[in-house]
Amino acid sequence: MKDTIYRSHVLICTGTGCVSSGAKNIKHELQDELADNDLKNEIKIVETGCHGFCEKGPIMVVYPEGVFYCQVKEEDVSEIVEEHLLKGRIVERLLFKEPMTEESIPSYEDIDFYKKQHRIALANCGKINPESINEYIANGGYEAAGKALTQMTPEEIIKEVKEAGLRGRGGGGFPTGLKWQFAFDNNSDKKYVICNADEGDPGAFMDRSVLEGDPHRIIEGMLINAYAIGADEGYVYVRAEYPLAIDRLQKAIDAAEDLGLLGEDIFGSGFNFNLHIKKGAGAFVCGEETALMASIEGKRGMPNPRPPYPAEKGLWGKPTNINNVETLANIPYIINEGSEVFSSIGTENSKGTKVFALTGKIKNTGLVEVPMGTTLQEVVYDIGGGLTDDKDFKAIQTGGPSGGCIPEDYLALPIDYDSLIEVGAMMGSGGMVVMDDSTCMVDVARFFLSFTQSESCGKCTPCREGTKRMLEILNRICDGEGKDGDIRLLEQLGEHIKDTALCGLGQTAPNPVLSTLQYFRNEYEAHIYDNKCPAGVCEELAASFTINIDSCIGCGQCVKVCPVDAISKGDGKYYIIDEEVCISCGACAKKCPVDAIFQG
Amino acid sequence: MKSLEDLREMRKEVEKEMQTRKNTNKPKVIIGMGTCGIAAGAREILQAVMEEMDKRDLDIEVTQTGCIGMCEKEPLMDVKLPGKDRITYGNLDKEDVKRIIVNHVINGNVVDELVIARLEE
Repeated sequence: MKDTIYRSHVLICTGTGCVSSGAKNIKHELQDELADNDLKNEIKIVETGCHGFCEKGPIMVVYPEGVFYCQVKEEDVSEIVEEHLLKGRIVERLLFKEPMTEESIPSYEDIDFYKKQHRIALANCGKINPESINEYIANGGYEAAGKALTQMTPEEIIKEVKEAGLRGRGGGGFPTGLKWQFAFDNNSDKKYVICNADEGDPGAFMDRSVLEGDPHRIIEGMLINAYAIGADEGYVYVRAEYPLAIDRLQKAIDAAEDLGLLGEDIFGSGFNFNLHIKKGAGAFVCGEETALMASIEGKRGMPNPRPPYPAEKGLWGKPTNINNVETLANIPYIINEGSEVFSSIGTENSKGTKVFALTGKIKNTGLVEVPMGTTLQEVVYDIGGGLTDDKDFKAIQTGGPSGGCIPEDYLALPIDYDSLIEVGAMMGSGGMVVMDDSTCMVDVARFFLSFTQSESCGKCTPCREGTKRMLEILNRICDGEGKDGDIRLLEQLGEHIKDTALCGLGQTAPNPVLSTLQYFRNEYEAHIYDNKCPAGVCEELAASFTINIDSCIGCGQCVKVCPVDAISKGDGKYYIIDEEVCISCGACAKKCPVDAIFQG
Repeated sequence: MKSLEDLREMRKEVEKEMQTRKNTNKPKVIIGMGTCGIAAGAREILQAVMEEMDKRDLDIEVTQTGCIGMCEKEPLMDVKLPGKDRITYGNLDKEDVKRIIVNHVINGNVVDELVIARLEE
C-alpha cells in the first residue's frame, strides 16, 4: 500500500502550550495504541502547530470527521482508539463544552471560539504539519512566491501591498507598502530583509505560534519581500527562548533550500535569496529595529537615532526592510487573493485581521485572529467566553508594556490602530490581558512599568532615569506612602519621557501609567489620600477582614487557616479578628461556610 | 523545482496526502464497526475499501459507525453519494466491496442484489 492514503488523520497539537500540557506523551501513547490495534497503516498521526485554544490543550483533531477533542490525557488515548478510530463512535466526554450553554460541540468550526475568527495569518496553524513542506504546498503554499517572482515586477508587488492597506503588525502600524517603497527606492549593490520575531511583551505569543505552526508562510513572505525591494539576503531575528520555533524554522529553511525555493535562480527567475536565523539573547529592546540590527551586527543591542531609517542605512549600512512576523504572514494571502479582497476586510484605515493573545481572567485563553473593527465585547465575551468565575469585567490591557488599560465603558469599541490610540492604549503586537474587579490598577501599572524599567537599555536619560523615578513613585503609592502631588508628578514625568526618549520602548513606557491615571484615577487617589487599596491587592493598604457576629456559627474553621493567628474566640460562640494582626490575605473568608467574613 | 509549473505539478502530487482533511462534498463510505461488525469481518471490509481507494486514486471519505441493530447482516457498509440516497449493503465479502466501489461509488449505479436498506435523502 502506498504511504499517502490514510482513512483517518489524527492531528495532535505540538505547539509549546500543548507540549507543556503533555502532548508528546499523548503522541507516543497513540503510536503504541495504533500499533497494538493494527491500525498503523490506516491512520496517520500528524503533529501540528498551535490551534490557538491553549486553554483546552492538549488538543487532538480527528479527520475525516473533524472531531475536536480537548484536554486529552494519556489514559484517554486507548478509549479514543478503541471507540472512535476502531468503531467510529465519538468519545463524547472529551468534546469541548461551550461555557455559556454547557453544550458539547463535536466539530472544530462550530465552537464559538473559532466561529467569530477570521484566519489569514493563522490559516494553516493547527491544520498542517509545520515540518512538512509538502503539506504547506498542498494547501497552496509558495504559489504566491511563484506568481510574484515569475509574473510580477517589484513595482507591481509594492503597489499591491500598498493598495491592500496592510499596516505593520508589530505595533507601530506603519503602512507596509510604503516601507517597501522606501527600501526599493534606495539603490545599492546589497540590500537586506529582516523578519522581526523578537516577541517580548509579557503574555504575547502570536509570532511564536506562527513560526511554530506555519514557518513556510514566513519564508514565503520574506521571499516576496526580498524580490520586491531587491534584496538577496535575509535574517529572521528570533529570541533564543523560542527553541521550538527556531527548530521548526530551521527545518523549513532546509526543506525550502532542498526544493530550490531558497538559493539561486528561484523559480527560474534569476532571483537569488538566502535566509539565516539570528538568535536573540532575550533583551526586550532588541525588538526595536535599530537595536535589532545592532544585535545582528554583533554589537550591543541598543537603539540608534532615526533618521537614517533602515530603508536608507540599515544592516551593515545597507538599505534594509524590517517587518514583523505577522505582517509577513499576510503577504502570501495578499499576492494570491489580491489587494481588493484583503482590503475588503477591516475598517477604513486598518485593513485585514489582527492576531491577539488573549490572556488574563478569561475562560478561553488562547490565540485569536479577528477582522479589524471587531469590538472588544465580541473578543472578550463571544470568543473569550467571558470572565473566569463570571466575575465583573474591569479593564482590558492591550499593547503590552507599551499599551494601556481600557475600561468597561469602551467595550463596544471596534478594535483598530486608530481607535485604540484614541482611548490611550495601542494595538502593540497584540497582547490582550483581561482584568476583573479583583485587580488593582495601580499595581498593574507598576507591573508593566517595572518590566520596561528593567528592560531599558540605559542609553538615553529620559528612559533610564525617568522610568526609574516613575517606578519609585508607584512603589511608594502601593506601599501606602503616596504623597499629595505624586499623581501630578507621574503625569509630568510620563509626558516628558514620551516626548524625549530615544526609541519606542521609552516613548511608550509611560502609557500603562498614563492610561490608568486617565480611567482609574480614583484608585490612585484612594491609595494616596484614603490609605486604601480598593481591590485589596496592595498588602500594606488592604482593608482588614471582619467577622459578622450575627452570621458566625462558631465553627472555628477560620482559626485553622489564619496564617498569623489573628482570629480568636469572642465573648459568645462567635469569633473575632484582630485588625492589628490581620494581613488581609482573605484565607478565612474563603474558608467560612456561611460567608460571615467580609473585607472592610 | 525550476518554475511555477513545477510547483503546481508537485502540489497535485502532495494534495493526495491531505485529502483526508479536506471536508468537501465527497462520496462517503461508512462501515459498521460495532462488536458484531468486527466479529463478522468488518476490518477486512475496511481494508478492502482502502486498497480500492489507493488503487483507483479515489477521493472519498471513509468513516465507521457502531452497531445499527442489523447484526444478522454484518458486515455492513453504507454508501452515500452527495445528493443521493444512503444505501446500506449487507453480508459482504471483499469481492463485493470491489463491485460496490466500481459500480456504485465510481459510476453511481447501485448494486441492487446486495442492498438491504435505503435511507432517502
